[in-house]
Amino acid sequence: MINLKYFASLKEELGVTHEAIALPAASANVLSVVQTLQARGGKWQDHLVSDGKLKFAVNHVMVNVDAPVRDGDEVAFFPPVTGG
Amino acid sequence: MSVTVQQQDFDAGAEMAALRKNNPKVGAVASFIGVVRDMNDGDSVADMTLEHYPGMTEKALEDIEAQAKTRWDIFDTRIIHRIGTLKPTDQIVMVVVSGAHRGEAFAACEFIMDYLKTAAPFWKKESTSQGARWVDARVSDDAAMARWKVGNK
Repeated sequence: MINLKYFASLKEELGVTHEAIALPAASANVLSVVQTLQARGGKWQDHLVSDGKLKFAVNHVMVNVDAPVRDGDEVAFFPPVTGG
Repeated sequence: MSVTVQQQDFDAGAEMAALRKNNPKVGAVASFIGVVRDMNDGDSVADMTLEHYPGMTEKALEDIEAQAKTRWDIFDTRIIHRIGTLKPTDQIVMVVVSGAHRGEAFAACEFIMDYLKTAAPFWKKESTSQGARWVDARVSDDAAMARWKVGNK
């Protein structure tokens, strides 16, 4: 299993703060997790779009879509940050 | 080096004093305070709420401090970032850097702020005269970060 977290506008659009799903494949990466979620269709397809405005973190470190995801990892999805 | 994410306000003077305390080698303390404005993108802002990613936020800020320490000859750094609901004139964030001389302290302070703006997981939602909305990331923040030429961005 992997733990997924959603933040800010994305969390509101999807209506989910966190969930656990099965690792999509033995050699999964962020992109394959995104594709698994997009396959749900509807709002998942509409909002989980890799248009540069979707950011990812694996185990609390910001990464690109090609970053590997392993069993037990925490994968977070969020819009560009706006702190400071 | 230390990092705090908190709801409550902070005492800027006390934070700056703490960075020179007991260190007679300090010749410069540079600081920055970010404040809530009452206008954004042409609309008046009544208040804003800051969300963050507990666990990652602290780690990201500590990493930014560590990178500043590697790049410049500075002694100490302090970052405080507030979360929750804040009103115009409220302090949002403070960065303090101590060093022997102002050049390194100023540069490190600016670097930390620019880096924080693009890499620390905070998100602002503002209540405006047009309703509540999430604040969009600014291209100018990415440009400000790019000039430091950090490899992994």
